[in-house]
Amino acid sequence: MHRIDCPWCGIRDEAEFQYQGDATKVRPAPDASQDAFFDYVYKRDNPKGWHTEWWHHVGGCRQWVKVVRNTLTHEIHATGAPAEKLSLPRKKKRGSK
Amino acid sequence: MGKNRLNFGGTKLDRSKPVNFTFDGKTYSGFAGDTLASALLANGVVLMGRSFKYHRPRGCLTAGSEEPNAIVEMRSGPRREPNTRATVAELYDGLDAQSQNRWPSLAVDLQSVNQLLSPWLTAGFYYKTFMWPAKFWEPVYEKFIRRSAGLGHAAVEADPDTYEHAHAHCDVLVVGAGPAGLSAALAAAATGARVLIVEEQAHVGGDLSSTLDQIDGKPADQWAAEAWVKLKALDNVTTMTRTTVFGYYDGNVLAALERVNDHLAEPPNGQPRQRMWNIRAKEVALTCGSHERALTFDNNDRPGVMLAGAVREFVEGYGAAPGKRVVIVTNNDEAYRTAMVLKEAGVEVPLIADARTTPNAAAEAARAAGIPVEMGVLPKKAVGRLQVKAIELQRVDGAFHKKVECDCVAMSSGYSPDVHLVSQTGVAPIWREDILGFVPDTPKRQERSAGAGKGIFDLAGCLHDGHMAGIDAARNAGFEPAKSLKASRADPTSAVPPLAIWRCPGQGKAFVDFQNDVTARDIHLAAQEGYVSVEHAKRYTTLGMATDQGKTSNVTGIGLLATARGEPISDVGTTRFRPPYSPVAIGAFAGHERGREFQPVRQTAMHSCGEKLGAVFVEAGLWLRPQYYPKPGEGVMEAIYRESKQVRETAGICDVSTLGKIEIFGPDSGEFLNRLYINGWKMLAPGKARYGLMLREDGYVFDDGTTSRLDDDHYFMTTTTANAARVLAHMEHAAQVLWPELDVHFCSATEQWCGVAVAGPNARKVLADAFDEALDISDEALPFMGVRTFSWCGTTARIFRISFSGELAFEVNVPWSFGEAMWNAIWEAGQKHGLIAYGTEALSVLRIEKGHVAGNELDGRTTAADMGLGRMMSTKKPFIGQVMAGREGMIAEDRATLVGLKITESEGRLRGGAHLVVDKDDASAETSLGWVTSVCDSPAVGCWIGLAYLQGGLSQHEGKTLYAVNPIYDEAPAVEVCSAHFFDPEGERLNG
Repeated sequence: MHRIDCPWCGIRDEAEFQYQGDATKVRPAPDASQDAFFDYVYKRDNPKGWHTEWWHHVGGCRQWVKVVRNTLTHEIHATGAPAEKLSLPRKKKRGSK
Repeated sequence: MGKNRLNFGGTKLDRSKPVNFTFDGKTYSGFAGDTLASALLANGVVLMGRSFKYHRPRGCLTAGSEEPNAIVEMRSGPRREPNTRATVAELYDGLDAQSQNRWPSLAVDLQSVNQLLSPWLTAGFYYKTFMWPAKFWEPVYEKFIRRSAGLGHAAVEADPDTYEHAHAHCDVLVVGAGPAGLSAALAAAATGARVLIVEEQAHVGGDLSSTLDQIDGKPADQWAAEAWVKLKALDNVTTMTRTTVFGYYDGNVLAALERVNDHLAEPPNGQPRQRMWNIRAKEVALTCGSHERALTFDNNDRPGVMLAGAVREFVEGYGAAPGKRVVIVTNNDEAYRTAMVLKEAGVEVPLIADARTTPNAAAEAARAAGIPVEMGVLPKKAVGRLQVKAIELQRVDGAFHKKVECDCVAMSSGYSPDVHLVSQTGVAPIWREDILGFVPDTPKRQERSAGAGKGIFDLAGCLHDGHMAGIDAARNAGFEPAKSLKASRADPTSAVPPLAIWRCPGQGKAFVDFQNDVTARDIHLAAQEGYVSVEHAKRYTTLGMATDQGKTSNVTGIGLLATARGEPISDVGTTRFRPPYSPVAIGAFAGHERGREFQPVRQTAMHSCGEKLGAVFVEAGLWLRPQYYPKPGEGVMEAIYRESKQVRETAGICDVSTLGKIEIFGPDSGEFLNRLYINGWKMLAPGKARYGLMLREDGYVFDDGTTSRLDDDHYFMTTTTANAARVLAHMEHAAQVLWPELDVHFCSATEQWCGVAVAGPNARKVLADAFDEALDISDEALPFMGVRTFSWCGTTARIFRISFSGELAFEVNVPWSFGEAMWNAIWEAGQKHGLIAYGTEALSVLRIEKGHVAGNELDGRTTAADMGLGRMMSTKKPFIGQVMAGREGMIAEDRATLVGLKITESEGRLRGGAHLVVDKDDASAETSLGWVTSVCDSPAVGCWIGLAYLQGGLSQHEGKTLYAVNPIYDEAPAVEVCSAHFFDPEGERLNG
């Protein structure tokens, strides 16, 4: 069971959040190509190790929270607001992106 | 008092409280504090069950939660509970238990004929025997397997008891209150850390012996009791007994099951039967102890053959003698403790047979106490069927030694540290040849093992190691111990290492896994057939896969596999353990989340109004909505028909409170809506409403609804009932992640505003009378798609001139608490205008007649163009889903698009889900041209009509006859393809 440090509410139980997937994908400009949108909508890496994800605080402040989480160990390295740039831990696990 | 009850021991008993119980219909007597197993033994009952595969007679092997054999069905009726371990079931007055897996009786079980079939029932027999013919699987094999492999019978009625979920937080969690656990808790508590100590049994002290052990100069059981009293008295310590920590999860969360009232016939009023704990611990000390192993010799499963530690526990803890003449067979020192206790209790011990040949102090002490000991002697075979009568012994070289008469054999093949919980954290246990056991490797979580759980078996060592673990855990949780803190002490002892004996030579059945009837031969066979990996051998033989998870058997099995492979055990390794550590009732996992507490009901503010009018309610998600309002003697179809007809003739009122509602504020609200919806919003004037359609980013239709502009910077969105939460989340993503630069704010108002739709030619008259002077709803004041707020009864109300039915119609919203008053006001005013109440079914009829799409048409696979709304897609602005909606497949000519259908036969009806074909005798997935989404018996059209998605759509099929094939009902009515706008296509009725 994760505990996620919501930038607005503080540390909260995982049960208050809804997992919303890959936060590394950036929506292309509205006039971008279908290929660019295809990539944005469908293509996902499945990293083993550190990953930046969206966790929506649905049972709390209703904010989308960016979370750097290790998909192997379930360790959470950092959380932040959507606009924040969160870096991965310096010592990368093997196979992580 | 039972014939085998001793005056000796019984530290867990309250001998002043006799308790009556029945087993297989026969009444016995025990004491408070007994387990079912100890009470049966005290009554001389050794036979307690039949084995899983061969139906061999079995008694209890152990005295605790690792029990594989003595599995019974307890209680009756709705509380009937199969597969209960007799060794953990605490006795209560009136306890009623039945043996399992036998017919007609425990002593005479006809299915024990399986033993004769045993050459075919070896490892992997399922795979080998039930291979062919395939058609035999369901009718023959499955029935056979189910009947013969079933254990107990689950209750068929709902469980009347309640189960709770609770959360606990602590700095240090100590799992197990044996000597190491108590020592750890005392040390951690002394630092000021918040300590939680959890013990599986009703009593603390674990394996401490009241007669052999001394701690701090006191009898060990007294030390344990005093330690517990001391811990209980501390403010920073919480103690729990009858609680099993069964799972170790991420984030140092551990799950535990507290058997609050399993020791009573029924929970006292208001109390739960069991409580599931979710424990979040900063640091964990695992002091779970160890499990003794059985020696593997022929017929080692006969009732009366038990683990040596269990024999000692029954005598000391429960004052119950498992036999009158007990032979001890061992490969280690520990079993001598049993001999000493038996001697003390006055039970005859004719012989200790020790497989080792090295002289040891324990043997000397036993001899000094007058117990014969023979070294280098192994068990060969147990004699007897329903109870052991004698044990045949052999020399280490396999030569027959002698036969000793006895009614109980206490055996020990050493101890396996209990590494279940630590294994669940992903730590792979490592083999230690010196103790013949797997011990935990380096921790991956905030935990440490101590005591027997990491292979320290002497009392002095356990006390010290537990103490150190308690300090280490507290320190890591941020608490510093005082320098003066000292561990409790016991006299040091030295033990001679155990001798590895994984199979005592023999040709018969020697059981390794008692619960799944896995024999030494099965393991050998698996290895012979190539299942040499420990994970493969486990699955092929089912070793360790029963509910006991092989607590007493895994290591022996691995030892045998290693022998077969000719490799050391460290190279073979061990399998992983998974939660739960011991069986947990589904009811405990469910907790309070049963029935309506699992799925609560949402009612609208006007629920009681519907009830008064006799509404039949339908579930829409969690909501209850009036489905139809039958008059006395009226059927479903008649009611729906009458309601939908009446709305078009006079007027109807419908509760639409469940629609999702979102209030949107901010100067960029219009721009925000422009990007969410496919159509434009910038030109919408305040006081106007507009129908909007949203796509998902992949280009398919997501949701639709009416959104109004109430003021320059204030919009009010409605969504479908089903998608209310999803649309809100979608908008939050858009506003927070995609376009944080937009100045827009919104929140859900679904439960702040309740609403009714009033539709029909008389709708204006009804509302004018209902709201009196408060409201001017003339066509000039409130034209079609107009919105107004007005004051009513001291509150703010909103009225929208929008129509789902195609009639002159309004929707009125008032604050939730005014809902009932509003309904009543409209209802009373409407009576002289022929107002009726209509439900979701009539609502659906009215919209189908108008060709309006709803949930059935918004199935996540349709594009705006499929629904005939392609022209709504703006080309002047970007919106979510725009680019992907332009994909080749989504704009293809041959996509199925929305059409109307009319039945052309006088008999029969249409059904949703039917497929449309040209030739009804050639109906298949290949010839299907489309499918029917919504149907109704339409009063306005005068026949069954439907909406459908059809390849080629109206342009190719208008006026043609197709067949709506429904193989489930074996129907294929002929239908004519027509426009979906069945009724009033010009929309003239919107003006009344």
